[in-house]
Amino acid sequence: MKKEIIYLGILAAFLAAFPWFAGPYALSIATLILYLAYTGQAWNVMMGFAGQLSLGHSLYVGVGAYVAGGLFFHFGLGPWAGLWAAMAACVAFGLAIGFLAFRFGISGVYFALLTIAFAEFTRIGFDHLQWTNGPGGMFLRVAQRDHWDLLNFRGPPFMYYYAMLFLATAAFLACAFLLRTKAGFYWQAIRENEEAAQALGINTFRWKMLAVAISAAMTSVSGVFFAFYYNNLFPHEIFSMGRSIELILGPVIGGVGTLFGPILGAAALTLLSDGITEALAWLGVEIPGIKQVFYGLVLLAVVTFLPNGIWPFIKKQMKL
Amino acid sequence: MKRRQFNQAIAASVASLGFPGLVKAQGQKLKVGVILPRSGYLGLIGQSCQKGADLAPGVIRDMLGVDLELMNADFESNVDTARTRAERLIQEGAHVLVGPFDSGAAAAIAQVAEQRGVPFIINIAAAPQITEQGYKFVFRNFQTAPDIVREGLSLIGSLFQATNAVPRTAVFMHVNDTFGQAMNKGISAFMPRLTQLPFRIVDTISYDPAAKDLTVEVSKAKAANADFLLLVCRLNDAIILRREMVKQRWQPMGIVSPGSPGMYEEQYFKTLGKLSEYSISNVPWYNPKAKLTQVVEKAFLKQNPKDRLVFHGLNAGFTFEACLIAADAFKRARSTDPKTLAEAIRQTNITDKMSLGGPIKFNAKGQVEGIGSACVQNLNLLPTVVLPAGAATAKPVFPVPGYKKA
Amino acid sequence: MSVDLVANVVIAGVLTGLVYGLMALGLSVIFGVVRVVNFAHGEMMTIAMYAATVLFAALKLDPFLCILPVAAAFFVFGYALQAALVNPFITRPEHSQFMLLVAVAIILVNALLMLFGPDARNVQLDYQLESFEFGRILVDKARLYAALAALVTAGLLFLFFKFSLAGKAIRACADNHLGALIVGLNVKHLYAMTFGIGAVCVAVAGCAMVLLVDVTPPLGPAYTLLAFIIVIVGGLGSMGGALLGGILIGISEALAGLLIEPSAKSMFSFGLLILVLLFRPQGLLGKRS
Repeated sequence: MKKEIIYLGILAAFLAAFPWFAGPYALSIATLILYLAYTGQAWNVMMGFAGQLSLGHSLYVGVGAYVAGGLFFHFGLGPWAGLWAAMAACVAFGLAIGFLAFRFGISGVYFALLTIAFAEFTRIGFDHLQWTNGPGGMFLRVAQRDHWDLLNFRGPPFMYYYAMLFLATAAFLACAFLLRTKAGFYWQAIRENEEAAQALGINTFRWKMLAVAISAAMTSVSGVFFAFYYNNLFPHEIFSMGRSIELILGPVIGGVGTLFGPILGAAALTLLSDGITEALAWLGVEIPGIKQVFYGLVLLAVVTFLPNGIWPFIKKQMKL
Repeated sequence: MKRRQFNQAIAASVASLGFPGLVKAQGQKLKVGVILPRSGYLGLIGQSCQKGADLAPGVIRDMLGVDLELMNADFESNVDTARTRAERLIQEGAHVLVGPFDSGAAAAIAQVAEQRGVPFIINIAAAPQITEQGYKFVFRNFQTAPDIVREGLSLIGSLFQATNAVPRTAVFMHVNDTFGQAMNKGISAFMPRLTQLPFRIVDTISYDPAAKDLTVEVSKAKAANADFLLLVCRLNDAIILRREMVKQRWQPMGIVSPGSPGMYEEQYFKTLGKLSEYSISNVPWYNPKAKLTQVVEKAFLKQNPKDRLVFHGLNAGFTFEACLIAADAFKRARSTDPKTLAEAIRQTNITDKMSLGGPIKFNAKGQVEGIGSACVQNLNLLPTVVLPAGAATAKPVFPVPGYKKA
Repeated sequence: MSVDLVANVVIAGVLTGLVYGLMALGLSVIFGVVRVVNFAHGEMMTIAMYAATVLFAALKLDPFLCILPVAAAFFVFGYALQAALVNPFITRPEHSQFMLLVAVAIILVNALLMLFGPDARNVQLDYQLESFEFGRILVDKARLYAALAALVTAGLLFLFFKFSLAGKAIRACADNHLGALIVGLNVKHLYAMTFGIGAVCVAVAGCAMVLLVDVTPPLGPAYTLLAFIIVIVGGLGSMGGALLGGILIGISEALAGLLIEPSAKSMFSFGLLILVLLFRPQGLLGKRS
């Protein structure tokens, strides 16, 4: 246990000091990694903890982004206020989906397909929503600042990095805490064998709903960040199936249900993706599509040979 | 040595001391970061734009005596990757960025460029908001969506005047994406003002850009019984629509786009053959009669012997011009310092250009005004400029031959 | 809104639906028996479509004639894929299966991009643009032929599963995995065979689809999703269910497009999926498991 804390401490120090010695490119990659790590962690709550496979998680990112972004665009409402509205909206969506699914006993693959259906349904819906400019995209007013304007969430890339680092760390700590509470144990019981858990008297419906709500709320923050970092939102982009898949690559490759899995997975995959691009550029190969083939092959290898993810494997090697 | 020689020697050494910038600039290369979507769903278009960039160094060396070094990056049709690739290019020493075709990516890259103080010249992107942010380092040599609509609609008026056609009704079909939506809004805004347009729109049908089956849409459009089809589309759906029109035996006076990709692209011709004839697109285009166009065309054919510039007119043409603007500014600025370059770009005034319309001059927002559109009709399996008359290489045909009022 | 318009639209919807159903047949077979979520289904159909275009370009073969060679090749491909790659994943959790097939899909799509480039490919046949005329009703020839192919394939599959020994064995595996093992069936071989048969259906669908749609590398995912919707709506493991699901989706999209907004017509497919999942998760013709 002590060894773990030391390693974590070193990692935290490294991440905190990172912007001071990294170039802007590395910083942008790191911000992206932290974003994926955080969102993966949020997804992990629903899947890893409560065992519900959500393949339409981009729904929450999108709704979060559009609610906060829309309020800013139309009413000038800052991201801090918009954040609460975004979380509320996403929790509402999540609870609705959860209720429909769990009351009607839908689980496993069917639940996954249900989440996909809702994400796609919402995507097309937003494509027709004039309040957010439909398919034309919503462009938020950008303001370049050299200093940190936290109120409006505008500032240099440093600020965005630290914001994301804060979120990822908070998520990690929150999940670590949750796992040790009653909720955490109940979730693990439900994940292992829902019927047995029910037999023991656990109100599985209530605890599953809680997992869904927490996951949705956490993911919505991701969306708010996205809105104010990229400052433009398109339904076909943010609600896309591609984004849903991208979100879960980290946790699945890293290790579903583990605390460190999403972070490790996000880092490994982003660095892999960028690494392949760099390697191909260095070799002078410019065939479109070849990079993704390599990426897919690596994914295939990891999924086949390390079914529980990279982190459990590394943990064993490091004897943690 | 003789006195004259001595004077010449002094003059030469003074000259080399007095103009160090010129000597340095002539030895320097301008590093242009070309960021385009060469894979992903925009892959085909990105590769088309790349052809314009690839021929730029050669042509520009001959024209301006400036050396360009291209640094190509593929952002994979993904806005996250656009941002990180832009950062990478700047870190690797790109003095100026050119790209990206897509409005979302343009907005992301613009933020990076502005933050790092590196000029970014947008080749193609139509969302007006990009040049409304007060950026000092972002420049766009392309029409905004409202411009495209306005030019496109007025060209329709010219088309009917030139062919003495008086269609009374039109059915408006548009793809439900950025373009289509902007067009829809633009048409509602501009149509009432353009009183010389003789037609009214009897039905508006918006369709899903990802749809592979457009039977219902065409049935609806056919049932509207309009004189001609006003269409805002993309390549794949344009092909599907055209085929469906044949299957449902619907032949209106013509298919006219007030401004969208699709019907002038190579695949439209290759797939549809003679069915592609007479479709009309009103888009920003290059002037086939301009001096620079001939030069670029020659260079294009050398690099792409099995291809023709005319199929990449918009994509390659504007990408080339973006590189040209960068080179021209570099020549005047005589330095690769980004701030100086940005200032120089702001002072751009290029009259010897490829695209239609007035000279390349940026307004205070970094936007070029007065880029012209052309009425491009598919004639003899080639996109042909038929209007404006000054740039036309053929006369417009409307209504299509064999049209009989139902 | 004239009667002609509605009639034309509904008939086209039914035919298109049958074609979609043909595409979903393979998934129904695979999912119904092996219980693996084949997220690379659309990509497999894309490969079949490319195969048809290549054969057409080289030998001028009508896609319907291409069916035999492509189907044979696909049987082998499906069998191999299942035996080599998918088999160990059957007992693994869904997210692992999903990840496996996502990786396979990524590789396939981009390999196609590298091989064929981003341009669309197609076949050019005269009858592709022709329609049969029945009074005021126009019926698209290519679509009609494809719909017939769907019915024939479904019929053949039905006969196979009902009367052949292998078919019955496969159904046994699907109904009771453990029982099948006990009785001594070579389950691994049967699973692989099922994947092969599913792949054959995909091959037929691809050859038919290439007459209607141009093929590009990223075509797959949309069809994968559509196939899942149809299979769930129609009922897992049911041939008739796949076709019925397809028809339902086809008609609902057609009517939605006609009466409301064509650009929102997909919403109805998803809405239908949600409703079916909630109120009749085994699908219309499926059996409650």
